[in-house]
Amino acid sequence: MATTADTFQAHHEEHHHDADHKPAFFARWFMSTNHKDIGTLYLIFAICAGIIGGSISGIMRAELAEPGIQYLGWWVEFMGGGPADFDKMGHMWNVFISAHGLIMVFFMVMPAMIGGFGNWFVPLMIGAPDMAFPRMNNISFWLTVAGFTSLMLSTFFPGGTGLGAGVGWTVYAPLSTTGSVGPAVDFAIFSLHLAGAASIMGAINFITTIFNMRAPGMTLHKMPLFVWSILVTAFLLLLALPVLAAAITMLITDRNFGTTFFDASGGGDPVLYQHLFWFFGHPEVYIMILPGFGMVSQIVATFSRKPVFGYLGMAYAMVAIGVVGFIVWAHHMYTTGLSVDTKMYFTAATMVIAVPTGIKIFSWIATMWGGSIEFKSPLVWAMGFIFLFTVGGVTGVVLANGGIDDNLHDTYYVVAHFHYVLSMGAVFSLFAGFYYWFPKMSGKMHSELLAHIHFWGFFIGVNVIFFPQHFLGMNGMPRRYPDYTPAFEYWNHVSSIGYVIMALSMFVFFANVIYAFTAGKKAAPNYWGEGATTLEWSLPSPPPYHQFETLPVIEDHHSHHDAITTTPGAAH
Amino acid sequence: MKFGEIARKWLHILPLIAAVLTLASVPQTSFAQAAAAIAPAASVSVTGAATPAADASAATPAAAANSGYTPLGPEWIKGQPTDGHKDLLGSMTFQKQYSPIGDEALFMHDIVLLPLITAISLLILGLLFVVVIRFRKSKNPVPSKTSHNTLIEVLWTGIPVVILVLIAIPSITLLAHQYDSPPKNALTVKITGYQWYWGYAYPDNGGFEVISNMLPEGEATKRGEPEHLGADNRLVVPYGEPLRLQVTGADVIHSFAVPSLWFKIDAVPGRLNERLLFIKEPGIYYGQCSELCGARHGYMPIALEAVSRPQFEAYIRSKGGTVGGEAAPVTPAAAPVQAPASAVEGAPAAGDAPAPAATTA
Repeated sequence: MATTADTFQAHHEEHHHDADHKPAFFARWFMSTNHKDIGTLYLIFAICAGIIGGSISGIMRAELAEPGIQYLGWWVEFMGGGPADFDKMGHMWNVFISAHGLIMVFFMVMPAMIGGFGNWFVPLMIGAPDMAFPRMNNISFWLTVAGFTSLMLSTFFPGGTGLGAGVGWTVYAPLSTTGSVGPAVDFAIFSLHLAGAASIMGAINFITTIFNMRAPGMTLHKMPLFVWSILVTAFLLLLALPVLAAAITMLITDRNFGTTFFDASGGGDPVLYQHLFWFFGHPEVYIMILPGFGMVSQIVATFSRKPVFGYLGMAYAMVAIGVVGFIVWAHHMYTTGLSVDTKMYFTAATMVIAVPTGIKIFSWIATMWGGSIEFKSPLVWAMGFIFLFTVGGVTGVVLANGGIDDNLHDTYYVVAHFHYVLSMGAVFSLFAGFYYWFPKMSGKMHSELLAHIHFWGFFIGVNVIFFPQHFLGMNGMPRRYPDYTPAFEYWNHVSSIGYVIMALSMFVFFANVIYAFTAGKKAAPNYWGEGATTLEWSLPSPPPYHQFETLPVIEDHHSHHDAITTTPGAAH
Repeated sequence: MKFGEIARKWLHILPLIAAVLTLASVPQTSFAQAAAAIAPAASVSVTGAATPAADASAATPAAAANSGYTPLGPEWIKGQPTDGHKDLLGSMTFQKQYSPIGDEALFMHDIVLLPLITAISLLILGLLFVVVIRFRKSKNPVPSKTSHNTLIEVLWTGIPVVILVLIAIPSITLLAHQYDSPPKNALTVKITGYQWYWGYAYPDNGGFEVISNMLPEGEATKRGEPEHLGADNRLVVPYGEPLRLQVTGADVIHSFAVPSLWFKIDAVPGRLNERLLFIKEPGIYYGQCSELCGARHGYMPIALEAVSRPQFEAYIRSKGGTVGGEAAPVTPAAAPVQAPASAVEGAPAAGDAPAPAATTA
C-alpha cells in the first residue's frame, strides 16, 4: 500500500514542479480557492468559535454551581449594559444560553465537520484535485465568518430587557418578535441568514463534487463512508436550510415590516414558527452528527485493520436516517398543544430512527470484532463516541414517547440528552477525526500520550457534567434557568465540577497542538499503517498544494471497497 | 448466548406490557368515580344557595375571612423536587406522582423504558469491553476479513423493530389517556401566562382572575415553602375530580408545568390549549414556567393547591366568585387587573408589590 503511494507521489512530483507552488500569504489565506486551505481556515475558525462557545458554558456552569445570582451582574456591566438590575441579569443569562447554542451549532460543529474535515478530505478521498466550485467554497467560508461577526455584534445592541439577543437558539416567536425590542435579534437573525447561505453553497459544492469529480473506478458504492456521510449531510442542508431561511425571514418582516405571520392578533400563529424551525432543526441535528458517523467508520476500520462491517448497510442507514429525519420534527413540540393523532404519529415515527442508528452502532462493534486492534488516540475517541452516543440515543427513545415527554420536555433531561449526542457524540467524533487526520494536515505527529490524557479528562469531565443533568431533569428542573430552588443544588454543583475537569483536559489538547507544531515528529504518508486504506494515505503528509493532477485509478481487484489501491494515472 | 438472552428479555417484557395495559384501564375507572363524586359536591353548592344571607355576605371581604377557607400550610407540600442533600436517591428520579396519568407514565418509564435503556447501554458497553480484551493486537495479531453476515444484520435490524413496537403499545395507550376529554360538567380553570407571572381565572365561578407572583426572597422560607417555588396566590382547585385546564399566553409563549402531576402544556398567545387534570389527594404541588419567556423566565413558579370540594367553594366565595347556579356577586370588585409586577424595577422577585389578590376579569 504505502509503496504504491510513494511510487505514485514520486512519479507525480517528477512531472509537476508547480504542484507545491503556493500563493503569497494574503492571496493564499484571504482569497483562497484551495480546498485544503479553506478546510484549514474552517478548522481554525471552528476552534476559535468553540473556545468562545465553550467559555460561555463555563460562565453558565459557574453561575449554576450554587443557587442565587452570583456573576451575571458583573457580566452585565462588563458587556457594557450599564448598572446591573434584576431584569438585565436575567436577560444576560438568556443571551449566554442563546449564544452558546448558536455558536456551538452553527459556528463550531458545522464548520468543523463539514467545512473543515469535509473540505479537507472529501476531494482527497474521492481522488479529486479540488472542490467543484473553489470560489464558491471561499465565499462559503467568509460568509460563515461574517455570520459569526453579526452574532457577536448582536450582543452589543439592545435586545429588549438588556443588551443582546436573549431568545434561545430556537428564536421562538413571539419572544423574538414583539418580545424583544431593539436590533440585537435582527443581528442574530441576520447571522443565521449568512451562516445558512454559506451552508447551502457548501452543500451544493459537496454534492456537485461527489457526483462529478470521483476518480475513475470510484463508484458510489466504493466511496469511503466519510464521503457518504458528507453526501447525505449535504442533501439535508440543501433541503432544510431554505426552510430556516424562510422562517427567519418571516421573523424579520414580523419584527420590522408589520407582517403577522407568527402573531395571532393578525391571524398568524406562533406555533407555525416552531413547525418551520423544527422542520429545519431536526435534520440539523443529523447534519451535526452524520459526518461524525462517517469519521468514526473510517477510524474504527483503520485501527481494527479490517474493512467496515456491512458497508452497504452503513451507507444506506445514513440515507435512511436522513430521510426519516425530515418526518419527525414535531417531537420537539409535544407540549405546544398538538392533537392526539399528531402526537401518536410523531411518537411512532421518531422511534423508527432508532433502527438505522442501531444498525450503525452494531456494525461498528462488528467491525472491531475479530480485528487486530491498536488503541491509538483516534480509536479511543471513536469508542468513547460509540458508547456515549448510545447513552444519548437511548434517552432519545425515552423522550420520543409523547406521553413521557410531557414531564421531561424543556427540562435538564433534554439538555443531558442532546449533550450526550452532541457534546459527546459530535465533539468526540471531531476529536477522533482531529487526531486521525491532524498529522496528515499538518505534517507533524501529535503526542499520543497527551491525546490519551486529553481523552480521559474530557470523557470523565463531560460525563460528570451531563449525567447528573438527567437526574435534575427527572426531578423537575427546567432548562434555561439562571437560578433554582435549593433542592437542585446537589447535582448542579456536581455538574459544575465536571466542567472544571473538562476544561482542564482542553488545556492538554492545546498543549498537544503546540507540541506537534514545535517538537512533533514529521508524519509519514501513511502513519497509521496498513489499516488505513483510503486515498488520502497515498499522499505525503501534508499533501502537496495541488494533488491528483493525474487522476488515480481505483482498481477493482478486491471487488470490495475495503482495499482501495491506487495506481498512477494511465493517461499522462 | 444471544438467543437465550433475547428469549429472556421477551419473557420479561411481555408481562410488563400486559401490566401496563391493565394499569391503563385504572384511570378510566377513577374518572368514573370522580364523575360520581361531583354529584354530592354539587348538592353542597345547592345547600349554599339556599342560605342567601351567608352567600350575599360572601362577596364582602369581611365574610371572606370567616368563609371557612384557609390556605394549606407547608405541611401539605407534596409535589416538589427532592433535595439531593437530604435524599440522594430520591433526587435522581422523578417526583412522586399524584395523578392517574402520572402513575401510568411513571410506571411506563420506571418499569418499561428505564430497564430497557439501561440494558441496551450496558450491552454496548459490555461488547466494547469484549472487543478491547479479545481483539487487541497482542491477543489477536491477525485480523479476520469478515465484512458481511446477513443473518446477524437481519437480526440487529429486526430485533430493535420488535422492541420498539413493544414500547409503542403502552406509549400510544398513555397518549390516548392523556388526551381523554374532561366531562362536560368538569370545573374549568383558565390559566394565562404573563411576563412574568400567572393568572388563574375561574370562568364557571364568576370569571374572576387571581394573579400569582413568586414569593420574594426570604419570604418563602419564612412561610416554610421552598425558595423560587412559593407563590403569593396559589392556583386553588378541588382534588378528586376531573378538572378542565385551559392554558393560554398573554404576551409570549410560557409553559404551565407541574412535574408531580405529570402535566405540562404550553401557554401560546392566540391559542387555548385544553387538557384534563385529575389530582388524587389534597396538597400543594409546585411547578415552574417551562418555556423560555424572557428575563424572568426562572421566576414565575406555579403553586397549585388541591383542596376538598367544600374548601374549594369556600375559596371561590372568599374571592367574590359564585358556585354552581348562584347569582353573580352583588358587588363585583371593581379593581382593574393588577399591573404587572415586572414594572417594579430591580425587584429580585416579581411578587414584591403586594396587590389585591383577586380582581374581576
